[in-house]
Amino acid sequence: MKILNIIEAAYRGTIEEQDDTILWLTTIMKGAGGDFTVLVRGNAINHCVTSQDCSGLSFGGWEQMQPPRLASDTATLIDKGVEIHYVAEDAAERGLRPGDMVPGVKPISRDAVADLCNAHDQVWHW
Amino acid sequence: MAERKTLTFAVMDPPFETARSTTLLRLLDIAVRRGHNINVFAYEGAVYLPFALQKAHPNPAHGRNAEEENHVLTKDLIAAVMATAERAGTKFDWVNCGMCVDERGADQAIPGVRRGSPADLLKMAQESDNTLVIGTR
Repeated sequence: MKILNIIEAAYRGTIEEQDDTILWLTTIMKGAGGDFTVLVRGNAINHCVTSQDCSGLSFGGWEQMQPPRLASDTATLIDKGVEIHYVAEDAAERGLRPGDMVPGVKPISRDAVADLCNAHDQVWHW
Repeated sequence: MAERKTLTFAVMDPPFETARSTTLLRLLDIAVRRGHNINVFAYEGAVYLPFALQKAHPNPAHGRNAEEENHVLTKDLIAAVMATAERAGTKFDWVNCGMCVDERGADQAIPGVRRGSPADLLKMAQESDNTLVIGTR
């Protein structure tokens, strides 16, 4: 069964979870034998931007030594065989160019999203 | 009755925060009343939906005590839906994400709730006619 995970909510609990919760969920379920594709859209396309860096967070004497690394997590998911798409128009609207994105993520036009949904047995919109 | 389906719900919102939790519980209630088999995977704050230590409180704005207020506790609504499913002889399987439980200290759930992992969500979805995600926004 092919499942399309659409991630649209950006940076949801990311600092506390040290992950994007749905990229993480997809990674674990892929490891459990699931057949997944990911589509990021809206503000969540920023999960695939290589230059992001949220290190340096500290509270009093406590310092976060393992900040979220969403671009790296995205690349790991691609390495595991998960196709990751992003909506090209959403990237353009935010001033992001293809070269800003993690290598291997694939642009898809807004018009093609319906076909992508149709190519999957279940569509989970997070 | 229409053909019995198996439906999976993946949910993220905690109780008492958004109307999405209420929507989820209404959908579960309707689906169970119609005789469908139900799976729920509670992820992140949703593990508090069946939290056993929820307590009703009075409502001073309404001038009612806790009993008069009939304060809504999601754990009671879930238990009621579970009871409906049991009477109907349909399956109702609620899985709390174990890591989400641990990081929140939400390890006291009502009877019938079990601890699991994302692998359970995958299995539930694979055995279902369809899956509805209700994510936090």
